[in-house]
Amino acid sequence: MKRGEAILVPLGAMIAGLLVFGLFCAALGLNPLAVYASIYKAGFGSWYSWQNTLVRASPLLLCGLCTAIPARAGMIVIGNEGAVVAGGLGAATVGLATLSLPPVLSLTIMALSAMVCGGIWIAFGAALQHYRGVSAVISGLLLNYLAVALMNQLIEGPLRDPSSFNSPASYPLTPDHRLAYFAGTHIHHGLIFGAVACVLAWFLIDRTTFGFAMKIAGGNVRAARLAGLPVGRLVVIAGFLGGACAGLAGMIEVAAVHGRANESLNAGYGYSGILVAFLARQNPLVIVLVSLLTGGLLASGGVLQREHDLPDATIAVLQGILFLFILLSDTLYGRLPFFRSRTPEPKPHAIAA
Amino acid sequence: MQSQPETLGLWGIAVALAGGAMRGSIPYMFVSLGECLTEKSGKINLGMEVILLMGAVTAFGVSDVTGSPWLGVLAAALVGMTLGALHAWLTQQPSVNDVAAGIAMIIFGSGLAFFFGKRFVAPMAPQLPLIDLGSWSSAGAIRSALRISPLFFIGIALAFALHWIFTRTSWGLKVRAAGDDPQAARALGINVNRVRFIAITIGGALAAIGGAHLTLYFPGIWSEGISGGQGLMAVALVIFAQWSPRRCLAAALLFGGAQALGPSLQSLGVNGYYHLFNASPYLLTLGVMIATCTPHRRLAGMPGALGRK
Repeated sequence: MKRGEAILVPLGAMIAGLLVFGLFCAALGLNPLAVYASIYKAGFGSWYSWQNTLVRASPLLLCGLCTAIPARAGMIVIGNEGAVVAGGLGAATVGLATLSLPPVLSLTIMALSAMVCGGIWIAFGAALQHYRGVSAVISGLLLNYLAVALMNQLIEGPLRDPSSFNSPASYPLTPDHRLAYFAGTHIHHGLIFGAVACVLAWFLIDRTTFGFAMKIAGGNVRAARLAGLPVGRLVVIAGFLGGACAGLAGMIEVAAVHGRANESLNAGYGYSGILVAFLARQNPLVIVLVSLLTGGLLASGGVLQREHDLPDATIAVLQGILFLFILLSDTLYGRLPFFRSRTPEPKPHAIAA
Repeated sequence: MQSQPETLGLWGIAVALAGGAMRGSIPYMFVSLGECLTEKSGKINLGMEVILLMGAVTAFGVSDVTGSPWLGVLAAALVGMTLGALHAWLTQQPSVNDVAAGIAMIIFGSGLAFFFGKRFVAPMAPQLPLIDLGSWSSAGAIRSALRISPLFFIGIALAFALHWIFTRTSWGLKVRAAGDDPQAARALGINVNRVRFIAITIGGALAAIGGAHLTLYFPGIWSEGISGGQGLMAVALVIFAQWSPRRCLAAALLFGGAQALGPSLQSLGVNGYYHLFNASPYLLTLGVMIATCTPHRRLAGMPGALGRK
């Protein structure tokens, strides 16, 4: 694939998506330019809004990887939301149990616990697809519902803080057991987790034999089997790694943003992560860029509500439109005239003539 | 409400469960029939969950504004058709596969449903009239348990009609041919793309009617979680029903019953694990999928070219 094409096609799709969103706003009687301006201002207009964007980008980086890593092994994962919730619950449970330990140790255990919970959550779906032929898309969505049910059961049951009346929540973590912030900002250290995870994922996929084996298994299962690769194990491990990332996103939401497990765990970062991965064409380094963009979009939800009286689901509509255009843009690869190869194609009938 | 099961005993619980199964089965029935038609033509529509949601919000809005619940059902069907047509068009583009298109539709449709849903603050829309099946009984509990939406009977009729269409009409044969072997169907002069387009579009309309039931039946309110994965489970249910409309009917009743189990237990005073009992349909679906799917041989009744261009 040509490099220019790989950049221009998704970019074109995003612009087309934004234009259609503008039409949607115009149909509602709003000035599309004013709406774009509000989104830009809320997401990227000032250092303050950049901070909001970065806070939202942290879980997006990790949720994008949850889809992108298994995608290399040929598995479409969309159970990100469930893995975020599972990871958040794992982190909260372990975190509350280790409040007597030193904070660094407790946070490490929380992160590991979240990664294991999220990892198992996704690996289970991957294993079901590989060994039992159960569609990972369906099982992933079902597991999302189960994760939310489990969360509600826990935060209204054994983990419930009796002082949380209206919206049930777990007991809070003590302030010293929460993830720290960068000095002078409200950006938490979870951003480092996300950025490091993306670089590690890129290294794993592009620079290791494991990543190469994963790509073969994802490209052609029969060829991978002939080459003696353990396809099943590769797929399940890829699922586990992806899920571990999403689980970690749950952990940072608990340990940095909310300080406890509550319904905000189920705020849609998992679903946005699917969009991030598809927009980035499953490339971990591009995910960094796309997460910033998507984080900015998510950060603008409140402003759209205040300035244009649009419901917060407006950003969900925009995400949906973007997704449709990214999908449609797939048909353009190799079909745009200015990316066709310059050298004339060999004529098959030249010899016969 | 609490004293019903005690005064009526086991018989009362059975009637309550049966009534609950009949009521709860309606969304499953319509979505699984819609998905059955879609998949028979060789295409998968994973976005049924959001078609259900859009059907629910459309029916609510139209019924609320016009005062006529049947107009709500009609509008829901039209919206379902539109979404089905969009899915059909997407999946017929080169290098777009059914699963990715389904995911895109899920994200797009749920955003749209939540967006429009926010505007409906009315507490209740006019509901569909009910049919009394329990008028023979003098017990109020039985009579209220057997007040069934007319959509239930329409759904049953539809299942048999669909079976008849598949087995007895030339269009049904075309749908099955497109789903089993599109190459051979094309060789016979069948316009595979058009047949599939029509099948997916009608399938979307059916699913949306199931959504209309969610908001036009007691308690008749709109909330973002109203579909609760029923559209998704109905898609899984088609595999279990081996792509047979009549089996879809039976499976829908089973799932409706499973859904009625949580509230029934709660009315008996078992509510310690409320959320987990309410999750039982998801567990049931997952269990059914694990039991029926297999990676090696083709599944019984599966269209030969399912998910392929």
